[in-house]
Amino acid sequence: MTAPIVRMEAIEKHFGNIIALAGVSFDVVPGECHCLLGDNGAGKSTFIKIMSGVQRPSAGQIFVEGQPTTFRNPREAMNAGIATVYQDLAMITLMSVTRNFWMGREPTKGWGPFRRLDVKNAERITIESMRSMGINLREADQAVGTLSGGERQTIAIARAVHFGAKVLILDEPTSALGVRQTAKVLATIDKVRKRGVGVVFITHNVRHAMAVGDRFTVLNRGRTHGTAKRGEITAEELQNLMAGGQELEALEGSLAGTV
Amino acid sequence: MNETTAKPTAQDERLRHTSWIAQLMKRPELGALSGLAFVTVFFALTADPVMFSLSGILNFLSPAAQVGILAIGASLLMVGGEFDLSVGSMVAFAGLVFGATVTVLDMPLFVAVLVTMLTAIAIGATNAQIVLRTGLPSFIVTLALLFILRGLALVGVKWATGGSTQLRGIADRVSEDPLLPFLAGDAFSGFFQWLADHDVIAKFPNGAPMAPGVPIELVWFLALTAIATWVLLRTRFGNWIFASGGDAAAATNSGVPVRRVKTYLFIITACCAALVAVITVLDAGSTDPRRGFQKEFEAIIAAVIGGCLLTGGYGSAIGAFLGSIIFGMVMIGLTYTRIDQDWYQVFLGGMLLIAVLFNNAIRRRVTGER
Repeated sequence: MTAPIVRMEAIEKHFGNIIALAGVSFDVVPGECHCLLGDNGAGKSTFIKIMSGVQRPSAGQIFVEGQPTTFRNPREAMNAGIATVYQDLAMITLMSVTRNFWMGREPTKGWGPFRRLDVKNAERITIESMRSMGINLREADQAVGTLSGGERQTIAIARAVHFGAKVLILDEPTSALGVRQTAKVLATIDKVRKRGVGVVFITHNVRHAMAVGDRFTVLNRGRTHGTAKRGEITAEELQNLMAGGQELEALEGSLAGTV
Repeated sequence: MNETTAKPTAQDERLRHTSWIAQLMKRPELGALSGLAFVTVFFALTADPVMFSLSGILNFLSPAAQVGILAIGASLLMVGGEFDLSVGSMVAFAGLVFGATVTVLDMPLFVAVLVTMLTAIAIGATNAQIVLRTGLPSFIVTLALLFILRGLALVGVKWATGGSTQLRGIADRVSEDPLLPFLAGDAFSGFFQWLADHDVIAKFPNGAPMAPGVPIELVWFLALTAIATWVLLRTRFGNWIFASGGDAAAATNSGVPVRRVKTYLFIITACCAALVAVITVLDAGSTDPRRGFQKEFEAIIAAVIGGCLLTGGYGSAIGAFLGSIIFGMVMIGLTYTRIDQDWYQVFLGGMLLIAVLFNNAIRRRVTGER
């Protein structure tokens, strides 16, 4: 296996007397989809916030391409090639697709006080990168509010890839979507992976994880139960790990294995 | 949803051709534009035709510009997701600072303007810091500043004059200042005289043009509208303003320096108020603590008529420009009609209500909410 782009070693995070993460290790290599599974409150969100520079770990180390690194803010993580697509998408519905696509990194031309947006190029690149993800925009100045949930996910992913993401963190990208929209997003994840980007796919849906995942790490109450490769683990085993074992067995009795 | 034709284009058959009407329907300025058309028709039918002569037009554009300079600042700030209710009091306070620098400290105009602007920057930055650090709504923070600055203006004027509520003699002290033509009187008066000499525009029997020139505040108003529009639509900072107002958390996550953007916007708004203070104080020659009374509401109303959403993230400077002209037209226009001036506020409130309803519909159309 190739060397990991990002490696997280024994990450801990405490909020006052609450231990959100108690020593989690995780890595992602180029061109793989590494699924991070866990139930609500397992610490998934805290973990990716540390990975994307929003929060700093209380203990543990982050290595980017082998070098120990600390991120003081999301911008530093972004510059290191770690892009995050948040659950709420960081998308502004009143703004156009193009303005959203370039938000925070607008292309400019001109000099001094006449430095201005390079609108033509911005629109062309937006339309092109959306097309490469399989979405044909009607107009580049279409407001994001008019797009479907899956299309919005795709803008966010296309944006991250365009800006040279080496690692793409997707926070529950399928949790709010219908069946067909989910299939589209999973297909997009596959496209991104084939370009050599390492994808971190956070979900609590085992079936979505099994559909695209190469490796699986389960978080439970701030701890991991190790990482399994594709083919080494079944959906049932993942489900059990997520629920922490015994609770689900009890549940399964009454639900006859339908969960 | 959009009026479109199915005509396919060469590059992409899914790219629909959008008619210019459909494009216009999505602009934030649409409400203000139709409002302006309505008001113009209304006064064309009811008012003395003098209202729409050159001097009549300049006559209502002058107060429109005074509200408008404030409204440009207010609209940028509203697009950025914040409010400033202290701009009216800011006009009074900046007027005092300006007047006191000229009269009490006996400074030249250049220094007085500089001191006034620095004061505005400090107060704008203070507003921003309180809002950003506490996370309180800017509505309540700037409401407090509304009273504080108004009170300080009263205290200050009494201090500067030794007990009077009016600070006089400001214009006399700077009447020879080389900077004065940029801040007072009329611009292009030579050109207007030339036009009158050649009988292009109306003139008095003695040969002087009826409209002596373009009021200087109107020049500032036009320039600021142009700059604000360019910044909003064509610069990186403009995109950051929309982003900060649309969703501050999303903007921050995308690397937009939201706090810096909002701080600048508060400062710009305060500086607009200071500019109005300097211009109107020089025009009147004196200042008093009631200067700019309720101007904050007029500025915000003009911005809202111009398409700014109260929730931020949407709006335009051109809209605020048109909204301010509606303002000036109604304020001055009623005197040209037989309608009692007392109807002014009724008219204004009605316009605001219609504008808000209209903007709400526009926002649904743009965001695809149903």
